[in-house]
Amino acid sequence: MSTLEENAGPVNDPTTDYNIFDPEFVRDPYPTMHEIRESKCPIAHSNRWGGSWFPTRYDDVVAIAQEHEIFTSRDIIVVPRAAAQAEGPYAGVAAPPITSDPPDHHWHRRLILPVFAPQSVAKYEQGTRDLCNQLIDTFIAKGEADAGTDYAQQIPVRVIATMLGVPTEMADEFTGWVRGVLEVGLTDPKVRLESRLKILNFFRQQLDDRRKNPREDDLITDLLNSGDKYPVTDQYVLGVCNLMLVAGIDTTWSAIGSSLWHLAQHPEHRQQLRESPEMWPTAIEELLRAYSPVTMARIVDRDTEFQGCPMKAGDRILMSFPAANRDPRQFDQPNEVILDREHNRHVAFGSGIHRCAGSNLARLELRVALQVWLERIPEFSLVDPASVTWAGGQVHGPRICRVRF
Amino acid sequence: MRVKVDADSCQGQQMCSIAAPEIFGSDELGHATVLIEGDLPSELHAKARRAQANCPEDAIIIEE
Repeated sequence: MSTLEENAGPVNDPTTDYNIFDPEFVRDPYPTMHEIRESKCPIAHSNRWGGSWFPTRYDDVVAIAQEHEIFTSRDIIVVPRAAAQAEGPYAGVAAPPITSDPPDHHWHRRLILPVFAPQSVAKYEQGTRDLCNQLIDTFIAKGEADAGTDYAQQIPVRVIATMLGVPTEMADEFTGWVRGVLEVGLTDPKVRLESRLKILNFFRQQLDDRRKNPREDDLITDLLNSGDKYPVTDQYVLGVCNLMLVAGIDTTWSAIGSSLWHLAQHPEHRQQLRESPEMWPTAIEELLRAYSPVTMARIVDRDTEFQGCPMKAGDRILMSFPAANRDPRQFDQPNEVILDREHNRHVAFGSGIHRCAGSNLARLELRVALQVWLERIPEFSLVDPASVTWAGGQVHGPRICRVRF
Repeated sequence: MRVKVDADSCQGQQMCSIAAPEIFGSDELGHATVLIEGDLPSELHAKARRAQANCPEDAIIIEE
């Protein structure tokens, strides 16, 4: 049960048969999340795609995220991987620390957190601003652009490439590989495996290069040289590079795209942001809440009962932060975007020990991308709402999103 | 009013420093620090409560 054909077919009752790759769910997952959340089974189960549980209430998602000993991170993608992934030279390469469990998780995370602290990512602000301006220069005279392909998609990949010290000219290749792992590859195990090999072959060469030619102020060099403090292996460094590329690109791309899609339809919010720039930090958190792009997965370690659900060792759980962030038990008017929302305890970046390590960089990219866009293109609207295409599954956001201005 | 961060609970969400940048900062790892030692001025009490309410890890402790 792992191909699109085998798992397609109409969904009659989402509480027992949801399909996260159903085209309607991919486009607009919130009505289904609502239906499950307010049903008698707010933790749904489906046998599609290898089987998984789907908690939809804020408290349940957070409780599972906090119980990291029972709900492990040994896999974070809900569709089981191809058996072939456990073979070959990269068999043991995961994506630390997101795929790590304690005790290794501690040092896996400790080594990369300083790079992503707010004061560390601030140095990427000007470069990101320049990049956003250059992108807008290419289309502003046309009066029309694809806010997804021409803008949102182009930003995070270059910021991450800069951070990793790899060529930004390879942006399109990186994007293709990441979509191969996270988007197309989720329903096509062959593409997923091929894309993974491309990523790991590329970083294998980068590691060899840094060994021969160490660089100053370079993340890969620094990680390779951390062996005096922690038991760092090539497998770990490869895994971190893998994670940064895979987790750092279409997540933030989706957040930027969703936010522009929203702003294109809400002139009152564009006006609010223009007139009250002090609102930006709160507005960014609200857009992250309302359009949380990322759903993770957990693997149940041992048979357990959670909220009456008999979960077995090896069962998969969808960690739907988007569903949690629209729970009316936690948020007033959850489906409304309220840019100055005062109480916003959202979990767009997860909760517990696996809180997204790149969250501060993602916030910076999202804020700068939206600020530059609104400075240059204060008024814009969707060319045709029906023509917007969406990616879904575990990362949700628009892909083609034409706007005119 | 005084505020503290429970270091065992804090995961570096940074929601506190977004809600109340006058009160909360970041250490080398991106985990929360308290910038104001001792009693908070009364004009910051509401912001401290907002920071506490917005922390997904329940890591902000307020002593009154």
